[in-house]
Order: sequence, then structure tokens, then C-alpha cells
Amino acid sequence: MDRVKVTVDGNEAAAYVAHKTNEVIAIYPITPSSPMGEFSDQWSSDGKPNIWGSIPQVMEMQSEGGAVAALHGALQGGSLGTTFTSSQGLLLMIPNMYKIAGELTPCVIHVAARAIAAQGLSIFGDHQDVMAVRQTGWALLASNNVQEVMDTALIAQAATLESRVPFVHFFDGFRTSHEVGKVEQLTMDDMRALLPEEFIRQHRARSLSPDRPVLRGTAQNPDVYFQARETVNPYYTAVPAILQKAMDRFAEVVGRQYKLFEYVGAPDADRVVILMGSGCDVAEETVNLLAAKGEKIGVLKVRLYRPFSAEHFLAALPATVRSISVLDRTKEPGSTGEPLYQEVLTSLAESFAAGKIASMPRIVGGRYGLSSKEFTPAMVKAVFDDLAKPVPHNHFTVGINDDVTHSSLPFDPKFSAEDARTVRALFFGLGADGTVGANKNSIKIIGEDTDNYAQGYFVYDSKKSGSITTSHLRFGPKPIRSSYLITRASFIACHQFSFLERIDVLKHADEGAVFLLNSQFSKDEVWDNLPRPVQQQIISKKLQFYVIDGYSVAKDTGMGQRINTIMQTCFFAISGVLPREEAIEAIKKSIKKTYGKRGDAVVQKNFAAVDSTLEHLYRVEVPAAASSTVELRPPVPAQAPAFVQDVLAPMIFGDGDDLPVSKMPVDGTYPTGTAQWEKRNIALEVPEWDEKLCIQCGKCVLVCPHAVIRAKVYPSDLLASAPESFKSAEPKWKNFATYKYTLQIAPEDCTGCALCIEACPAKSKSEAKHRAINMVPQPELREREARNWDFFLSLPEVPREQLALSQVKDVQLLQPLFEFSGACSGCGETPYVKLLTQLFGDRTVIANATGCSSIYGGNLPTTPYSTNNDGRGVAWSNSLFEDNAEFGLGIRLSLDKHQGYARELLVRLAYKLPEELVKAILTAEQKGEAAIAEQRARVLLLKKELASVNLPEARALLDVADNLVDKSVWIVGGDGWAYDIGYGGLDHVMASGRNVNILVLDTEVYSNTGGQMSKSTPRGAVAKFAAAGKTRPKKDLALIAMSYPAYVARVAMGSSDTQTIKAFNEAEAFDGPSLILAYSHCIAHGYDLVHGLEQQKLAVQSGHWPLFRYNPAAAPGQANFALDSRAPSIPLEQYIYNETRYTMLRQSDPAEAKLLLAEAQQDVNDRWKRYEALAQEFAAAANPVTAVKGAQ
Amino acid sequence: MIDLSTQYLGLKLRNPLVVSASPLSKEITNLRHMEDCGASAVVLHSLFEEQINIESNELDRFLWDGSDLGAESTTIFPDLGNYNIGPDAYLEHIRQAKQTVSIPVIASLNGVSRGGWVSYAREVQQAGADAIELNVYFIPADPASSSDEIEKLYIDLVTEIRHTVSIPVAVKVGPYFSAFANMAQRLEAAGANGIVIFNRFYQPDFDLDALEVKPVVTLSNSSELLLRLHWAAMLHGHIHADIAITGGVHTVEDVVKSMMAGAKVTMLASALLQNGIGYLRPLHNQLEAWLEKREYESIQQMQGSMSQKNVPNPKAFQRSNYMKVLSSYAGK
Repeated sequence: MDRVKVTVDGNEAAAYVAHKTNEVIAIYPITPSSPMGEFSDQWSSDGKPNIWGSIPQVMEMQSEGGAVAALHGALQGGSLGTTFTSSQGLLLMIPNMYKIAGELTPCVIHVAARAIAAQGLSIFGDHQDVMAVRQTGWALLASNNVQEVMDTALIAQAATLESRVPFVHFFDGFRTSHEVGKVEQLTMDDMRALLPEEFIRQHRARSLSPDRPVLRGTAQNPDVYFQARETVNPYYTAVPAILQKAMDRFAEVVGRQYKLFEYVGAPDADRVVILMGSGCDVAEETVNLLAAKGEKIGVLKVRLYRPFSAEHFLAALPATVRSISVLDRTKEPGSTGEPLYQEVLTSLAESFAAGKIASMPRIVGGRYGLSSKEFTPAMVKAVFDDLAKPVPHNHFTVGINDDVTHSSLPFDPKFSAEDARTVRALFFGLGADGTVGANKNSIKIIGEDTDNYAQGYFVYDSKKSGSITTSHLRFGPKPIRSSYLITRASFIACHQFSFLERIDVLKHADEGAVFLLNSQFSKDEVWDNLPRPVQQQIISKKLQFYVIDGYSVAKDTGMGQRINTIMQTCFFAISGVLPREEAIEAIKKSIKKTYGKRGDAVVQKNFAAVDSTLEHLYRVEVPAAASSTVELRPPVPAQAPAFVQDVLAPMIFGDGDDLPVSKMPVDGTYPTGTAQWEKRNIALEVPEWDEKLCIQCGKCVLVCPHAVIRAKVYPSDLLASAPESFKSAEPKWKNFATYKYTLQIAPEDCTGCALCIEACPAKSKSEAKHRAINMVPQPELREREARNWDFFLSLPEVPREQLALSQVKDVQLLQPLFEFSGACSGCGETPYVKLLTQLFGDRTVIANATGCSSIYGGNLPTTPYSTNNDGRGVAWSNSLFEDNAEFGLGIRLSLDKHQGYARELLVRLAYKLPEELVKAILTAEQKGEAAIAEQRARVLLLKKELASVNLPEARALLDVADNLVDKSVWIVGGDGWAYDIGYGGLDHVMASGRNVNILVLDTEVYSNTGGQMSKSTPRGAVAKFAAAGKTRPKKDLALIAMSYPAYVARVAMGSSDTQTIKAFNEAEAFDGPSLILAYSHCIAHGYDLVHGLEQQKLAVQSGHWPLFRYNPAAAPGQANFALDSRAPSIPLEQYIYNETRYTMLRQSDPAEAKLLLAEAQQDVNDRWKRYEALAQEFAAAANPVTAVKGAQ
Repeated sequence: MIDLSTQYLGLKLRNPLVVSASPLSKEITNLRHMEDCGASAVVLHSLFEEQINIESNELDRFLWDGSDLGAESTTIFPDLGNYNIGPDAYLEHIRQAKQTVSIPVIASLNGVSRGGWVSYAREVQQAGADAIELNVYFIPADPASSSDEIEKLYIDLVTEIRHTVSIPVAVKVGPYFSAFANMAQRLEAAGANGIVIFNRFYQPDFDLDALEVKPVVTLSNSSELLLRLHWAAMLHGHIHADIAITGGVHTVEDVVKSMMAGAKVTMLASALLQNGIGYLRPLHNQLEAWLEKREYESIQQMQGSMSQKNVPNPKAFQRSNYMKVLSSYAGK
């Protein structure tokens, strides 16, 4: 049978089979498995049926715990069901996995295997998650590449139905889940042939039905639980044979034969490596090369890990084997070895003891590839080489330099096992410049329009703005098993000229490779503008150097800043993978397919870009010698601290893989204040201050997402040492009349979002477009303003106690302790976080839920959290996604405990200390900046006194004395956490009455994982998992929270910055739980974020986001509830139809959009009425007389 | 029985009350209501090529902007099956309109590219439109473009559309031509079956608080009719193309004056936006009554009766008229 060849990634391959062979799919987003749920939701929305002609029901849940519970229920209801997950998500499923297995329920879940958060979170691939469920009773079945993912998904479904044992089908996160490959697509008939009706019927017959009632889920006692637990043994014993039968049946139908254990290599091998997952392909590629040269080696690929069949294992292992190395992609600290090693060891030891094998081979184990650490043929060879030694290493690591416990095997990075006929291309692009998308297209073209096999893999750095993407493309006549990054490229394209001075772009260029550069310099000018190391590599590696001014072509053809199609055309033109005319035709066909539904205008401009590219592509004559004086920029300045130089700088430069174990903090603790050293220079334009026009309102400072625009007032004599170009103005503060005021921009840290310009209210009277700050090209003022910035930082901070912290104008003078984050340019969340640090940062601990705010807050290499001149600043930690409220409460409990303990000790030691001091400390109210400063001074004094008291209690008090100064606990996270996965904990913490402040950065969608619906998503908005538009209204978390009681505020800085500041101050002052819901515009809303503040205004004006504050501790005579915004004054559509998340539904399904708009407008109207009634009710309660008069 | 019927673009209309292009015609139910209330034809809202292009580019931009931001977020929106970008929705609207009403349905096009105009004209004909109104809305802001070049754009456009479609073509233009009478003749020569006078250009206002330019939409009033009457009266008899007056038609007197000036139809939009579609019914009745009271037999009888050619003092339409007005004020 002819099957279609498709070019898909591992997630799509798994989801394709899962969606076709299930009826109920319960989902929850988690990287890297989210796309499986997204595909399923989209296919069901599009009306795509399963193999039985029915559209699977897809339901997003509030967490993975919820997803697996819903799955359990669906299975009990007799449906075929599945879910998809990774990492922490799989851990949350564990309790229910025991249940599903214990009840012998057939089911397959698909896991993109990923690391577990330990010393730090990692979204990347290894087997820590699947190994954490090996005891649950689920079969564990591995796939090694994209084709296997599709095939195994079906084989697992067949095996589970017959065996009744549920299966975890897993494949390596990112390396396989996100690798794009050319595969043969299974047909509906293939799937029907593998899934016998009788087993499905039996599954249904076991379901819960009142028509044939049974009881399941009993509580069992010591008399029978044990026996009952042992009943399942025969089912597990049967699994290997059933699975192999399914594999054999699959081979009959489809033609590809799989085995539980598959051996590749010399039939008489004496050395064998055993492993699972994508590493198997690497090992196979290496073994094929070395065995052909006569080495007696082989690899045993484990597909079925649990139940582990010693019988099948032994049958697959060559009898000649003398030594075995078992590679685990996981880490179990304190164990005698990792799980696969243990299984192999036990199986062989038992077999030897039972006389089934004549001799016991030497067995060693090692770890590799944690968190998608590269695993290459060089490493495989190192393992074989080590095995050949008389005493091989045991419990080794490979792929890192462990200079602490010296576990690591050395390897030769130059060793390669790749087929010489495979073309290897490497592309460096800027996040969202289209490079990755174009390369995905290219791989599809090569995969589908040529006979070549093709592979695409894409790597991103950790920033959300100005990030570097690297695309790794391979294609060639043979199947590609190289599941590792390209290190010997025959084609390198650099899509951004500025990368040449930031990273070593040509490091992986092979001799004679093509180097394609997108450059604003012409073919005659470009050479002289290259950094010297680049010139040297071009010469020494004999590179063929091509150049194109992609941005000019893009501008001329209406493509704006998008160079994807242009660079793609260059790639095809130079690489010759297809004849030029055919390539152009294929690119245009792909453009039509990709963009056709976005409209003809988009298609035509892309066509125009293709057509005009080749006439702008030039080959550059390479001179014989390097002549440039430009060097690569150091990743951090020379004055950066040692840790930054030694540890963070290599990460910034892209050499983090080379850092040895000894350089890593042992417990995941890192210094703060490090983002300041990472000068990224990503803005094309930055703001420039017009000091004559400025009214010093501070609005620009407040809204800047990256803290790159700041203000100070300072004694004027300090200007004596200022750079000549440093600007200043007379301050508009009465109490600083003799000072000077400066608004300064950090040119190298600005992302160029221009939110500050939008916020600026001061316009020139003779030229309306000119404001007090204006965007100007960055390169021209970079050096000058960088010097000014350094001088600005040297100016003293304004004493906090001299400022009114309720005024925007004064808040601008507070030092932010959150700066230069890698958040998206124009981010709507970070201004709130920055404000928090300005107001309370020197005494704050932040518990941060996983999400955008934990990524821009704590993703290595650097952190934006910083310290003031006293060394004080935010102490920050991210525990998990689901537990953040409880985690923050725990911090509060600890701080309270230690404050209480310190007070107890102080009382006990009072006889040794000055009476006035003790009394003052114990009675201090600590309300306001001045009072806090005074308490700090007292505690400092106390510590001095205690130093001379030689008592155990005095030493104990010294340890906890700092807690006598009040600390502020902030629990920060997004709506995915607060409304969904963390809601249970949030509820409990709010009900606890303890003094914590909860800041919800509400983007109304799961932003970090790529835009999935949350319960905060408004009705009518399109999101992933709500591809047809959300049909239910947004949850009113604010209204719910008022009932605890707690302090509650809804704020939107773009609508009222004063109200926002007021709410932050009130929340912090409230002695109990407080909740601030902060409207945060987001790139996931789909509009130019330069209009973010305007959209916030419209959100409030339309009534979508009414502003209010509910303060249970309002002053007497003041209403507890203050409705801070006016009644809706514009229709909802005037707000929502500025955003793609709404307009895309209006475009795709106008009738549904109209219906949902009407309902959403009704939601707004109803909510406003409710709030208005509340406001009246509370006003009446606060002031009954006035209320009665008003009523009369 | 008074005969209110008229001929426009070769179409026999039951009266001269045609609904001009406006958002009202976006709703099929409105079209039925218009017909019920006496409209004799309807010009649909315009198909704006520029708007389609903007929608296409904006959608593309924002679907792209969030893509490949990072390993966790390779896309931010689901890939919906169809965005209906392009003329399809408009064409479907024409088809539905034709199924719903029996009065002629005139499609209105506003293009920016030659390819756009031509392809959309072909498609609206295929969708069943009875005629096409070319809504030429062009602001000649480029100082390097001469009036000759601008006028040639109009003529070339009409020529090309004429060669593309077989249904009648009307051209809706603004009044800002140095030699409008000549321009009208050239448009006719290029193939226009009708000339619709005049387009009301969008004129942005200033927000004095924000110091920003803000878009405003102002509805017309009867005072705007005078310019149209003037040119209809001047052109009548000099061109064979039908004249339609749009902009400022609010009362029965406005309709009658338009007919007398030489228009074949009057087109209403602001009057209906202000008063509702039902306003057509009294207007129709008043028109009938007006004619009856003054013993006209038919609309066609009065068409052009006050045109420049047919009035006793034709020079009143020319420059002396302006002079006289000035001097009469000066004499007060």
C-alpha cells in the first residue's frame, strides 16, 4: 500500500495516532508536550474524526492532576482515552496512574520525556520523569525517532487493549518531540487493522453503568489488600508477548518490524551499549561506522522498559558479549545505579545464577544527556573505548566535565559518524524574524518534493526578546539517525550581522562550507566590516562567502523586517538541493500553502520577495589575509564580578556546555543583580530625552518594562564631573528646588519597545509628534549615552523617606530592583514587578510561580532582580507551577516564626541590653519608609550590643535579628497559575488570613507555554484549546476573593497608574492576605505592544476590566469597596477588535464571533451592575446617613 | 397614477430612490427592508481592496510576531482553518442579496492595485451583481503627480474594467477636477455607463487635548446637494452617461431638484443612517404626492428640466452666478 510521506515532528506524529484512536482526550499544557494537546484540540475543532468516524472530545483541565483524573473517569465510562504530558505534569499524575493500572484499565498516554525541576527547572529532555513512574504499574515503551513515535503510538494502543495494562509511550522531549522528520504516515486502515473490535468491546463492557452496576474503588483491609495486589501478576507477565505480537502484526500490515529489544552491530560483539530513546539512533549510527571497520561492538535498543522481560532481553543480547555499558538518561542521587542499569544487572545476575547464561559479563552504568545535553557519536565511541579497558569506569557520566567526582569520560569532539552524503546546514536567526519558520518550510520542501530524507531541529536561547535561534537542517539520500546538533556544517547562514560580534557563528563551519550572510553592507564593503576572527575563519576554512542585503529586499517588496523568504530562497539557490527553477516553484508552492489562507496580499509580497532575491545575492571575493581590527565583543564587561566572568559569561557566549561541574553552585543558588552585565544592544531605536519639554511626570519611568529609563534628582554640584553630553533640568519638586533632575536611558539594555513614548503626555507646541522623549537610532548615541548611563548610576539615590510613595511623580525616583529582563519587548507584566521592587524591594521575598515571570525572572544565565546600594533586594525563588501560593505562605510562616522567636529572645535577653532599645524594637509599628529605616537602625545597634554578649541566646538572636524588621512576602504568578493549576492553593492561602501579597499578572492566557486558554481567558477570544473561540466567560477571581475576606484590587497601569500604586501600597499595608489582579497586555493578544497602554485604557473604558479596590481595613467612614473606574463608555467591540485573539475568530467564523461578542457584552454589562451595586452597598454601610439622604 | 420609474445604467428602476453604499447594506435583512420601503436599487457597501490587504498583512504579522519566540512558545495562536481574507465574504453577500431582493443590486468596488480592481470586478459580476459602481477614492497627495497623470489613472481604470465586465459600470468620483465636464466626457468615452456625483471624502479632525489627528465620520445634509445639482445641471445633455446624485439627498425637495437638474437617480445614505431605513417609505409617498400635486405625469418628464440647457438663464450656472451672489451680498 502506498502511504503518504509527511514531514512532521514527534509531537504531531504521536498526536496524529492518538487523535485517530481515542474518544476522550483530557489535556493540560506543559512543555514540550503541549503541541500534542494543541493538535488534538485543533483537529477536533476542525471536525476531524477518529477511525470510527466520530470526533474525539477534547477537554482542557486545570492541571495534569485534573487531566489524568478526567482520563480515569472517561476510561471508567468505557471510552478510549488519552492525555499528553511531560515532567512535573507526569509527576502530578502519579496517584491516578496507580489507580488506572490497579484497575487494569487499557490506555496509552504519550509523554515527551523531560527533566524534573530539582536544583533548577529545565524544560529540556531526559528520562527523569518517566523513570519516576516506573513503579506505578504502567508499561513503559520508548520511541527513538519521529517515525517510531507514530508507529509505536499505534502499537501501544493495540497492546494495551489486549493486555489491559496501561502504557506510557515516551520519546525524548525536544530532541524527538520537536525534531521535524520525513515519515511514512499510517493510514486509517492500518490503525483499524491493529485494533481488534473485541478488545474495545471488552473494555466497554467493563465500564461503569447503572444498567449493569458494579462497585470499583473499594477500601481494602490488611486481610486481603496484599492478595488483591498480587492478582495482576499474570497480566504483567503477558505484556511482553502481547506487545511483541502487536509489533509483529504491525510488521505484517505496515512493513516495519519492531522488537522489544533490538540489537544492532557485530553479531559476535564483545562490547555492547544498552540504552533507550533518541540516543539509540546516535549509538546505531556510531556502531554502524565502527563495526564496519571491524570493531566487535553493538548496541541494544530497549523499547519496552517495563515490564522488563529478561527473557526477551537475553534473547536479543549476543552470546559473545563480555562487557556491557548501560546508559541512563536520568539521575537517581544516592542509588547504586540508575534504573536501566539496575534492570540489566538484575536480569543478567538472575540469569547467571539460574544457569541460563554461562558467564557473567562485566556491567557498568553511566549517565548521559540530562536536560537535552548533547549526546554524540564521539560520546558513544568514548563509552565503547572505555569498555575496552581492563577496568572500565562504572557510574560514569559522559558529555560533561565532572571535575568534582571525576565521573566523566573524556571524548574527542572531532569524531564524527555522519554519512558524508548528508548535507548539514546551520542557520542563525533572531527570534520571530521568521528564520525558524522558513527552515521548517525548507525541510518540508526537501522532504516532500525530493527523494531525500530530511531532519530539522531548532534551538532557542533563553530570552523572549532579541533571542538567537539556531536551526539545524540535515538532508541526504539515507535515513538520518543523527539526533544531535550539527557541529560540522557544510552551509552556515547568519541572518543578523550583529551576531558576528556576539557569538562565534563560524565555529562549526566545515572546510569549504558555504557562508551566507545577511548584511546591510554591499558585497564590496562587507569584508572590511567583518570582525577579524570571522575573516580569519573564512580564509582558513576556505569558505565560499555569499552576501545579501535581506532587509533592503524585504523593505522593497513589502515584507517589512521579515527576511525569512529571502534567506530561504538564497539557501535553495546556493545549496543546489533542487534545480533553481524547481526550487523557486517549490518555495512559491509552499508560500501559497502556508500563507494562502492569510490572504493574497501576503502571498504576493512573498512571491515578490522570492523573485527579487536572486538579483541581490552576491558571492564575495575573499582576500588572502584578514585585515579587520574589529574583535568579538566580550560577553560581559571586564569589571563584572568573578562569578559573572567565570560562570555566566561562558553561558552568555554560548559556551555553557564547556563549564565543568565545579563551576556550578551545588544547590541552585545564584547571585542577583547579574542582568546588568549582559549588554545585549538589541534595540534599533531607543528613546532620547528632550529636557526642555519634559514635565517630569514620571509616566515613562513607570511603564518601562525593562527599567532602562530612569530619573533622579541630585545636588547640582555633582554635575561637575558629568560627561559633557549629560543632560539635566531644574527639578519640579519644591523640596528639591536646589537640585537637578535627569531622565536617563540605558541604550544598551533598551529593547526599543517605545511604550515610554506612548506614555509621554508632553508634546511640542510647534511639532505635535515631538514629545519629551522620542525614538532615535541607537547606534548613533550608543557610546555617548552608555557613558551618561554610567555617570547616572554613580549619582546618589534619593532618600526614600523624602518621597511620597503614592505619587507617580515620586515613584519614578525610587530605584528599581528589577532591571533589564529578557521579557518580550513591550511586556505588560514587568512594569508591575518593577513597581513592586521600587516600593518594597529592599524587604521583599518573592515566591514566583512557574511561567513567564519565572522565566524572565530566573532563567539562566542572568537575573533581573538586583540590589540597592545597601546590598538589599528581592530574595526570589521559584518552587513549582501548582504550589506557589502555598510556597509563599510557607515563607511567610517562617518569617513570622523567626520574628516571633527573635522577639522572644529579645525579651529573654532584655536584662543584658539597653532597655530603651529593647522597648523601641518591640513596640515599633514599622509603618512607612521612615519607620522601617528607624527599625533597621535599631536592629543594627542591637547586633552590635549582642556581639559582646557571650550567651547561646545572644548568638541565636544574632541569627534571626534581621527578622525584627518587617518583611514583605509577594506571591507572584500568571493567570494559568492563579485561576487554574494553583487555584486550590490560592484559595487556602487567601483563607488563611496570613499576611501575604498575591500579584496575579493576568494576561488572560498561558503566555509562557504558547497561548493556551486559562479560566481567565475572556469569552470570544481565540486561544489554543479554544480554537473555536472561548464560549464561557472569564472567571471573576476578584469577586470570589472578596469573600475570604481579603484585600482585593483590580488594576491596569495603562488606565490609571495612580490607582495601581495606591493598590500596591494598600495591599502591602493590609495585615492579611491581599490579591492584586493586574491587567497585563501580552504578545499573545496579537497586536503591536506599543499600543499596550492604550489597549489597557480601552479595556477599562469598555468595562471589560473595571478597576476597583476592596479593603476590609478601610478607614472609618471610608467605604471598603471603591469602584475606581467609570461606567462602560464604549462598546466592548471597540476594545476587543484591536486584538488578533478576537479578530481571528471574526474572520474565520463571523457568525460565532457575533454571538460570542453579544454574550461577552452581556457579561460586561452584568458585571458592571454587580460592581455598581456593591459600591452602593458598601458606601451605604460606611456612611449610612449620607446614603439615606442620597436615597431620599 | 404617477409614473415614478426611471432608467439608470440600462436598468429600469421603479423610482429614483436608490440606497447609496453604506454600512446599512452589510445586513441582508436590511436589504429586504430597503426593498419593502420602496428603494428601487441598492448599492452595496464597498469592497475595499486596501482593507483586505491590511487585514491580510495584519493577520499575517500578528500570527508571525509571536512565533518562535522561544523553545516553549513556538506559536501563540492556533492555526484556524480559514480566515476568509479576500473578497469571498463580499461575493457571498452579493449572492445572498440577489436571492433576497428583486431590485437591482449594484456592487461597489474600491481598489488600490490594477490587478485588484480587475479581478474583483470580474468576481462581482460572476457573483450576480447587476452593475458595478467604481468607488474611486484617491487622494492625490504626491506633489510629483500631475493632474494629467491622475486623470489618466481614472481613464485607464474605467477602460480596463469596461473590457473586463459586461454589466453596466458607474464611476463615483469626487468634485476636485480642474475640468470636471471634460473629465466626465472622458469617463464616458472610456466606457462608463453612469457617473455618480460626488464622493464625500473622509476629512480627519484634530483632537485639541491629545494633539492628535482623529478620524471622524460626519453625515451629509441638504446643503451639500447644491454642488451636485450644479454639476448635474451642467452635465445633463452634454454626456450620455446616466448621472446619479449622492451626498445631501435628504428630503423630497432634494430628490425633485436632483431630477430636474438631470440626475436619473438619487442615492441616499446619511438620511437613512439618521432616520432609519423606514424613512424611504414617507419619502416615496411624498415624492408621489409632490408630483401629483403639481400634475407631473412621470419622473422622466422632469428629468433635466432645470438643467443648464433647459433653463431660461443658463449662465446662472456659470461664473456670473458666483459674481452675482457676491455683489448681492455686497449690496446689502
